[in-house]
Amino acid sequence: MPITRDEVAHLARLSRLALSDAELDHLAPQLDQIISAVAQVQEVAADGIPPTTHATGLANVFRDDEPVACLTPEQALSGAPAVEMQRFKVPRILVEE
Amino acid sequence: MDELIRMTAAELSAAVTAGDVSAAEVTQAHLERIDAVDGRVRAFLHVAAEDALAQAREVDRKRAAGQPLGTLAGVPVAVKDLFTTVGAPTTCGSKILEGWYPPYESTITGRLRDADAILIGKTNMDEFAMGSSTENSGYGASHNPWDLAKVPGGSSGGSAAAVAAYEAPLALGTDTGGSIRQPASVCGIVGTKPTYGGSSRYGVVAFASSLDTPGPFGRNVLDTALLHEVMSGHDPLDSTSIDAPVPPVVAAARHGDVSGMRIGVVTDLSGAGYQPGVMTRFTEAVELLESLGAKVTELSCPHFRYALPAYYLIAPSECSSNLARFDGMRFGLRTGGGSAEEVMAQTRAAGFGTEVKRRIMLGTHALSSGYYDAYYGKAQQVRTLIIQDFEAAFSQVDVLVSPVTPTTAFRLGERADDPMAMYLADLCTIPANLAGNAAISVPCGLADEDEMPVGLQVMAPPLADDRLYRVAAAVEAAFNARLGHPLLTESKGLS
Amino acid sequence: MSVTVTYEEALQEYEPVFGLETHVELGTTTKMFCGCLTAFGAEPNTHVCPVCLGLPGSLPTVNRLSIEYAIKIGLALNCSIASWCRFARKNYFYPDMPKNFQISQYDEPLCTDGYLDVLVGGETVRIGIERVHLEEDTGKSLHVGGATGRIQGAEYSLVDYNRAGIPLVEIVTKPVPGTGFLAPEVAKAYVTELRDVLRTLGVSDVRMEEGSMRCDVNTSISPRGSGVWGTRTETKNVNSLRSVERAVRSEVARQAEVLDAGGRIRQETRHFHEDTGVTTSGRSKEEAQDYRYFPEPDLAPVAPSGSWVEEIRASLPELPSARRGRLIEAWSLSELEFEALRNAGALDAVEATVAAGASPADARKWWLGELARRANDAGIDVSTLPITPAQVARVAELVAAGTLNDRLARQVIEGVLDDEGTPDEVVAARGLAVVSDDSALTTAVDEAIAANPDVTAKIRAGKVAAAGALVGAVMKTTRGKADATRVRELILERLS
Repeated sequence: MPITRDEVAHLARLSRLALSDAELDHLAPQLDQIISAVAQVQEVAADGIPPTTHATGLANVFRDDEPVACLTPEQALSGAPAVEMQRFKVPRILVEE
Repeated sequence: MDELIRMTAAELSAAVTAGDVSAAEVTQAHLERIDAVDGRVRAFLHVAAEDALAQAREVDRKRAAGQPLGTLAGVPVAVKDLFTTVGAPTTCGSKILEGWYPPYESTITGRLRDADAILIGKTNMDEFAMGSSTENSGYGASHNPWDLAKVPGGSSGGSAAAVAAYEAPLALGTDTGGSIRQPASVCGIVGTKPTYGGSSRYGVVAFASSLDTPGPFGRNVLDTALLHEVMSGHDPLDSTSIDAPVPPVVAAARHGDVSGMRIGVVTDLSGAGYQPGVMTRFTEAVELLESLGAKVTELSCPHFRYALPAYYLIAPSECSSNLARFDGMRFGLRTGGGSAEEVMAQTRAAGFGTEVKRRIMLGTHALSSGYYDAYYGKAQQVRTLIIQDFEAAFSQVDVLVSPVTPTTAFRLGERADDPMAMYLADLCTIPANLAGNAAISVPCGLADEDEMPVGLQVMAPPLADDRLYRVAAAVEAAFNARLGHPLLTESKGLS
Repeated sequence: MSVTVTYEEALQEYEPVFGLETHVELGTTTKMFCGCLTAFGAEPNTHVCPVCLGLPGSLPTVNRLSIEYAIKIGLALNCSIASWCRFARKNYFYPDMPKNFQISQYDEPLCTDGYLDVLVGGETVRIGIERVHLEEDTGKSLHVGGATGRIQGAEYSLVDYNRAGIPLVEIVTKPVPGTGFLAPEVAKAYVTELRDVLRTLGVSDVRMEEGSMRCDVNTSISPRGSGVWGTRTETKNVNSLRSVERAVRSEVARQAEVLDAGGRIRQETRHFHEDTGVTTSGRSKEEAQDYRYFPEPDLAPVAPSGSWVEEIRASLPELPSARRGRLIEAWSLSELEFEALRNAGALDAVEATVAAGASPADARKWWLGELARRANDAGIDVSTLPITPAQVARVAELVAAGTLNDRLARQVIEGVLDDEGTPDEVVAARGLAVVSDDSALTTAVDEAIAANPDVTAKIRAGKVAAAGALVGAVMKTTRGKADATRVRELILERLS
């Protein structure tokens, strides 16, 4: 099933990628080609085959409820583009979650 | 100085420990080598000269004080820029992390420091480990020391190039779809993808969480095993880390002997698209193994041909989620104006390269409601079938062999804007990632057409990493015996 | 916009259906996926690490105690506990979520299909529980520059990640139809009972005002007898028990008005306003957000063993409903009498007072009466008054023995609350014992007789009722310390 340029633009928005028109023009056909190729997996008969999300077979990996030394605020904020009142300063948020 | 850079890691650590040479001298020699050649190889994004010399002086101080030294004492190790290292930047080959200094150390580099290794610098890579050539790096591509006009492979191309160019005897990489084995193969060195979960991912910036496996590069099998052993083992900070002893890889590397071993040739990993010279060297390698006493059979893993499409659904899906955190709010690049939403979108558009954007969108698509079952869900079922293929195969043989990658190193620029062509480099390596198995690339000669290195891939069941080294050591010994010298010394790329 | 259709009017034509989603912050020492402290009120960004900050390369590790607490909650809510389940990533971009995905659970919750019985107006209503699952909390933002401190109109935001990663349990009810007019009360009773269960389990301090328990209320209405359920809205910012009730009430009325006017209900998120008691429109849920859930690859599946679950089940304390049944029977209470005790927050105190020897009736009388009044006046919880149940029992004992009467007892209580000492010490220090010595009383009686000749004459003449005035006089001279009954007897003896 081919993917249209509009759908690619929608994917870009969902992924928070502000792509230019030129980029969209460039990427959309490539994505279309790749998606057609990977869609090959649908040829595989897999009824009753469980999916594998974890190859190791591990289960119940826990840690105790014990405190561990954490970062200092300086370390935590060290890479921050903007800081105010020991908090991460971010631009105004439009949509409330 | 020249001799120091030609020594193996095993020889160097023995010499430093014995006091025959100081760690500072060894480090200095390698820094000079980097100075001399890296302008052309471009393996390094950051050379930690001061820090490395300080580490070396500390090793020398310990030695002088009679304190015991670690197994990699004084040995320089190049670190793929995907590992968080305190005091050195970690860019992941991306502009979005330009100049980011992590406030914490990865478990593996911490273990290397504890083993008294010298972390000499951070190496170039395809951005966020996505690629097979380093051409997707935000900082320019690296060059293959055998032929500077060709790629060193990827995504751990910088690490492979550094080792092949004698800039460091050892290097760290990560392998998600072949990103250690394929560079090792095209650069004529040894590279291993350990069993998934065998080496800690804490502090390794995530690309595809269920596939990423940190692993070692070395110029020879024993050196690679030494690094493999030091870096591996359970880490309580990584919930996917296996709590089991590290397989006896060093012992196996010292005893390369394949007599009586059952070796399976995967017939599905050959055919159209495979360079004739690669297939010739591979066939010869198989014959060599037989002559060394192995029992070789052919078998088919019928679902392996779906490994590539399954991988290019699973990996982008996981990466689309893993890379969401790069949004300009807490660290890294922030650019653009307006609302938080706008700044996020502009930052990511400016900071990420094209391949990363492709894979993020591909992953977002594959996980979308309405598409999940057909794409991501189906790919995970294919994954189960591939695991079953491996299990069936390993019930008959001890290891599987195949070429590492269909071609030798291709020319820089040749596949740069052809993603599908680029993805084909991973054909042989991906199945082991999907199953979590251990796999190694060991040099098996040069292709006749271009005199560029070819690697032999050996695959083993999970936690049987030692079998890889047993086979690889046997192959290496046979080659060294026949040539009279290590294959790498035939490289004409750098003089 | 004022609502012109009242709740009562709405109920004439429509049946309300509601559901509740409650998020509870667990009281573990450390966060869900890392070893940072969860303690409330720390300086910003002082309880953070690479994991809860979502720094590149960080990985989560599951806090075993949070699994145990979630299973505890599921068992207390009569749920089935999954034998195998996974965490999942819920993907969306938002500055208070460091990874821009939340580790949660999607189609494999830890606990499913339970119920909680609540008591409303003497009737039991069974609220179905759809699921109980674990997830991590987000950071907290300060919105700067706008008028109200809310997001709308803010210039920028300041984010503190101390709260990011604190374990949250999400409890989702099945839709609750058929409660009719009592829907708001039932909703409130559910949240109240749930809060009590959680408090009894000791898994959270469940303070709605502090945000350790948050409720979202889903409401829809259906034309009476139609059998067709309406579109539901989700109301957030419901920060108290009273708000739960008011939110249901106002939303039902609002929806009725919309439908009556020929409109249709939009599936949306609404915001509840404490001050006005109404909801306003927030984000439209019509463009339903696709969270692209997939199993969390960084975490191993959680498969609680049967023996672990049974161990947890065996460790469950007596739940509120069981306690209610036990006390109602033991103390011969009606449901309403029990509710009064529970609502006054006096259950524990009364139970302890009974254990210290008082009768249930006496214990209730003092805690619901004098003590509740004093607590109210002081604006504090009755359980925090500086008097112990044992001391209250002692006071009741002294009254039963005749050493104190009610009035004196109240003074003794006052003395204990004022830190003058134990009841016995206060009695001694203030000289509050009932005067039961006849000779002392006789003197007072004689004085009163002498001082009131007219009254005395009436009594001699047979008007026994007039003795009351003389009793009053004696009580006055003895400053209330006489036993009034005995005084009356003495007076009548004297004058007969």
